[in-house]
Parts: sequence; C-alpha cells; structure tokens
Amino acid sequence: MTRTLLSLSGISKQFSGKTVLDELSLTIDDGEFITLLGPSGCGKTTLLRMMAGFELPDQGTITLSGVDITQTPPENRPLNTVFQNYALFPHMSVFDNVAYGLKMEKRPKAEILERVEDALAMVQLEDFARRKPHQLSGGQQQRVAIARAVVKRPKMLLLDEPLSALDYKLRRTMQVELKRLQRELGITFVFVTHDQEEALSMSDRIVVLKDGYIQQLGTPREVYERPENVFTARFVGQTNFFPGRVTKIEGERISVDVFGLNRELGKPSFRVAMNQSLHVLLRPEDIRVLAPDDAEGVAGKIVERNYKGSTLDSVIELEDGSHVMASEFFDEDDPTFDYSIGERVRVSWVDGWEWLLAEEGDEPLTDEEELAADDAEH
Amino acid sequence: MMQSIRQQPFRAAVLVLVWGWLVFLVLTPNMLVVGASVMTRDPANFISLPLNLDAYRQLFNPLYLEVFLHSLYMAAMTTLVCLLIGYPFAWALSRVEKRRQILLIFLLIVPFWTNSLVRTYALKLILATNGLLNSALMSLGVIDESAQLLYTEGAVIVGLVYLLLPFMILPLYSVFEDLRQDVLLASHDLGAGRFATFKNVIVPLTLPGVLAGVMLVLLPAMGLFFVPDILGGSRNLLVGNVIKNQFLDARNWPFGAAASIVLTLTMALLMFAHRLSKRRLGEEGA
Repeated sequence: MTRTLLSLSGISKQFSGKTVLDELSLTIDDGEFITLLGPSGCGKTTLLRMMAGFELPDQGTITLSGVDITQTPPENRPLNTVFQNYALFPHMSVFDNVAYGLKMEKRPKAEILERVEDALAMVQLEDFARRKPHQLSGGQQQRVAIARAVVKRPKMLLLDEPLSALDYKLRRTMQVELKRLQRELGITFVFVTHDQEEALSMSDRIVVLKDGYIQQLGTPREVYERPENVFTARFVGQTNFFPGRVTKIEGERISVDVFGLNRELGKPSFRVAMNQSLHVLLRPEDIRVLAPDDAEGVAGKIVERNYKGSTLDSVIELEDGSHVMASEFFDEDDPTFDYSIGERVRVSWVDGWEWLLAEEGDEPLTDEEELAADDAEH
Repeated sequence: MMQSIRQQPFRAAVLVLVWGWLVFLVLTPNMLVVGASVMTRDPANFISLPLNLDAYRQLFNPLYLEVFLHSLYMAAMTTLVCLLIGYPFAWALSRVEKRRQILLIFLLIVPFWTNSLVRTYALKLILATNGLLNSALMSLGVIDESAQLLYTEGAVIVGLVYLLLPFMILPLYSVFEDLRQDVLLASHDLGAGRFATFKNVIVPLTLPGVLAGVMLVLLPAMGLFFVPDILGGSRNLLVGNVIKNQFLDARNWPFGAAASIVLTLTMALLMFAHRLSKRRLGEEGA
C-alpha cells in the first residue's frame, strides 16, 4: 500500500520565453527512491528546485501530503536539499553546518547536540565536527551536506546531482551509502542525475525527462528492458537499432524481416500493420557473435574490439554497412577468447530478447542528444 | 636556492625589483619617519638630536587629543555612511546582469579621472550659500533662506563620502560576487528566513569585504587634509591637517612624524583584524 507524498500537476515553467517544463504531472510515493534522469536542459533540475521552493511554477500546483505548497517559501517546506556543490557554509564548522537547521527551529541546546552527533555518526564524520568545510575532502563535504539535510528529519530529501563532483570510485561508494541511508531513514529520496548507470542502480522508479516532458516513468528494469520510445532506448544504456519490416501478422505473433532474416516475435503493444517499418532493439549484451561458418545469423566483420575486464565489447560491420555493438562475457571454457580486427563472424541473437518500437518520424538523434547520451554513459 | 636563481634570471630580476622597491620606497621612508618622530624639533635643520619621546607626549596634549578624537569621529561617520550606502549598492551591483555590471563599475570609476581637489571644489560650489543646492531647495520652496551647508562638519563628511565611496563599494562588490547563491538557498532550505540568512550567512561571508572597505575608507578619511581645508572651515580638522600643519607651517617635524606613525599603527591594527577574518573563512593558509 503506497501513499502519495508529493504530487505535481500541470506544472509549466518558462525562462525568458523558453519552455523548460510543459504541463508536467508526477506523483511521488512515500518512502520511494525516485530518480529524475535526463540530459542537461531537460528540466530535471528546475523540477527539483520547484519541489524545494527555489523556483515557482508559472502554472500548476504542488501538494505535499495533500497540502498545497505551490507558493510556500523554501524555509517553510518540510523538505531538504543536498546541493550539487554541497553549498556548505564556509565560515562554520562541520558541527555548526549540521546544527544550522535545528538552530533555526530554535531547538533546545541539548537536543541539537544529540541530533547533530547522531547525524554525523550516521555519515561517519563524528571526529570531524570541529573542522571547517575547506579542511575536508570532496567526499567528506558531501557527507556533511547529507547530514545537514537529514538532521531535520525532512519528509523528503531532494538531491541535485550530488555525486557528480566525485571521482568514479568514491561515487560508487556514495551510491551504496545513499541507498543504505534511504533504507535506514525511510525518507523519500528525489535524486537528480544525468548518469543512467547511477539511476538504474539506485532507484525504485526512474522518470526519464527530455525537453520538459516525461518520456517514461517506470522501474529501472522497465526503463532498460522495455523503453517506450527511441529517446529512452538511446539515453538509457547502449542499444542496437535494427531496421525491421512486418511480413506476417497472425494472432499474437508477428513475423519481422531483419537483415533478410525472418524472425517470429510477440506482437508489440502498439498497433502494427503489414509491411510497416519498425525498430528492432537489442542491447549489446543480447547479441551473439558466431563463427563465420555458422548457419544462423548475418555475416559481418569485426571493426573494433575493446577489452573491458569482465566483457569483450566489439563492433561488427554488416555487409550493408551498418554497425552492431556486441558485449560478451568471458566464460570459463575459453577465458582467452578474442577477435582480431577484420575477422569474419556472424551476428545473431536469442529469439524473444529483442524489443520492438514504432518509428517516430523525428528519427535521427540531434548532435546534442548524442552528446548527452555519451556523457551519461561515461 | 642560489642555483635556481641563476637558472632563472627573470625570476631573480623580478625579486630584486620588488625587494628594491619595498626597501627604498616603503621601508626607508617609514624608518625616516620613525627616526624623525623620536628626535628634537630644530628651527634651522628641522630635526636634531637628542633622541626623546617628547613628540609622543605632545600627542596627549588635550588640544591635540580633541583634534584626534574629532577627526576620528568624522572619519568614522564617513565610513559608516559609506558602508550604509556601499553595502546595498554592492549587493545590488552583484545581482544585475553581467554586461550592465561592467558599465556600472565603469561609471563608478570615471570620477577618478578627475583630480579629487577639483571635484572637492565642485562640491564647494554646490554646497555654497548661493550654491546649486540652496537655490534648488529655495526654488522648490523647501526652505525660505539659504542654509549654512558649507564650512560645517556635515560638509566635510559629505566631501569625504563623495571621494571615498568607491573604495568601499569595490571590495564589497568583490565579496558579493564570490557569495554563492546556493549557499543562500541552503540557508533558506534549512529553515532560515530572510533576516536569519542575512545575519547568519550573508554578513559573516561579506565581513572581509566590509573590513577591507573600512580600511580603505577610515584611514584616508583621517588623512585627506584638503577636504576640511576647502569644505570644513577652521574647526573641522582631520589628523591629516595636523600632520600637514606640523610639517609645512609649524615646522615641528618630530610631532608631525609621531602623529603620522599613530595613523600607520591604526592601519596595521585594521589589517591584522582583516587577516583574522579572512583566515576564519579559510581563504588564507589553514
């Protein structure tokens, strides 16, 4: 039984004539970890700032536990924010930073002392209470920012790309730690990121945003395995887009022609017609690379190979010039398997692992989206 | 160390230049002033032996003490007025669009291109009995007869504020520029209203700018002798007037030097306070 905590309805916002959010509606459940994912400029940060009260929507309402807070100033909202660059008070010690919110509530001294110590213990910074922010590392500052925000026991914690300034290893550690905190505190987390990997590993639900619209809202598995549109498919993870054509419709099954191969697939949720073109999506890890004399698959040759430690990632050029990304795990039988550039192979995949999408008209990604998608992957 | 200097002739030249400058143009003159302050007044050679502390004793003469205190009072008022105008001005300046900021700072600096003496005379024309301000006020019917504006304490303070305001605004502008918006948002986010945010975050974070501004205004305000000369009449003297009079008119160099050293020490004290406040923010070595 989930209970709605925050509900946004019909939110629109323009900045100097440019629409950032357009009639956006979203409900956030109590206790969930929800991620706003999208390329820069998609409106995710604006949305978060509206929840915090730093921006007011031009239209629409925001309610928290049923109370309209659309016009409530940030200091009166029972939500707290962890800022992208932490925004610690540089003139205050770690202790005073964390105590600030409680002092504003005019809590008794003894209570402040106890709660600040608890919050610092929670982020393992008990011994740093007297330090100034500039004497801490980035990761430590990050923890102070989190302690400062959760010490007030907010109904909801808003996190604005909080890990983007940390290096890869520290980011992974903090991801785990944030998840642990969220479980322990039972607070709703709204997490903003452009890093799809981060979104997939941490969230209960992901909101994929682009140009102020929600592209898809779902669990990480839904978003990754069953993208609803080309943008989501391209933005979240890497995907091969194969051109397909419907050759037969029979009850719940359809036949699709891909690279001259005839594939029998389940009928997708959208309407299909005979001879309709559609996208057949396959993640690189679903691709099978076979020997050149195999009866199955499509012929091609290796044009790129990247050793990734646990996987071997390759790009195969088919005879029609299109490229296929494949990612294969090393298996126990053949731990040294490898390809040489130019090696002839055949490409196939397991029936039923593909995902079908209708063509959208605005097909090729713009350069910006390509870049944003690239950013998100690295 | 020696080797590195030999390898870097440019570096060596710069070091020699800087140290030479500091020794010949800063250290030596100041040592001469210190020396003069402990010598004896001599009508023929300006100063002579024996060494004594008479000049410093003279500073405690009630007459001069009064001048000092009055001077300090006028300088403090000037600083206060500059701060009251400069603080909101710098704040607003840091918040306007970047291109307009540059224009506004340019306008703030333009008056420097005119000699301050000339500008003080211009102020005299405005404040005079039949000057612009009086005529304007009378034609508007605000006052019936000319008010005595010139040769008052107020006129001196107005003159000093006019000349020194940019020196308050510029360091304040620089700290407001560095004031990060997200830190203010964080304060609101944690439950602080406008006043609490101002008191707990904005004031402490802009304090180094306030102290720098005070340093740049308070001390010159005690020294700008030509302002009271032109606008103040005989009763509104600054320490600067005393120093100037001792050197040029009374020919009492030791006393003038002693008065000047008191000013320098005040300055040193303020700089020390400024350093402390910056260190608190961790901007200088931790």
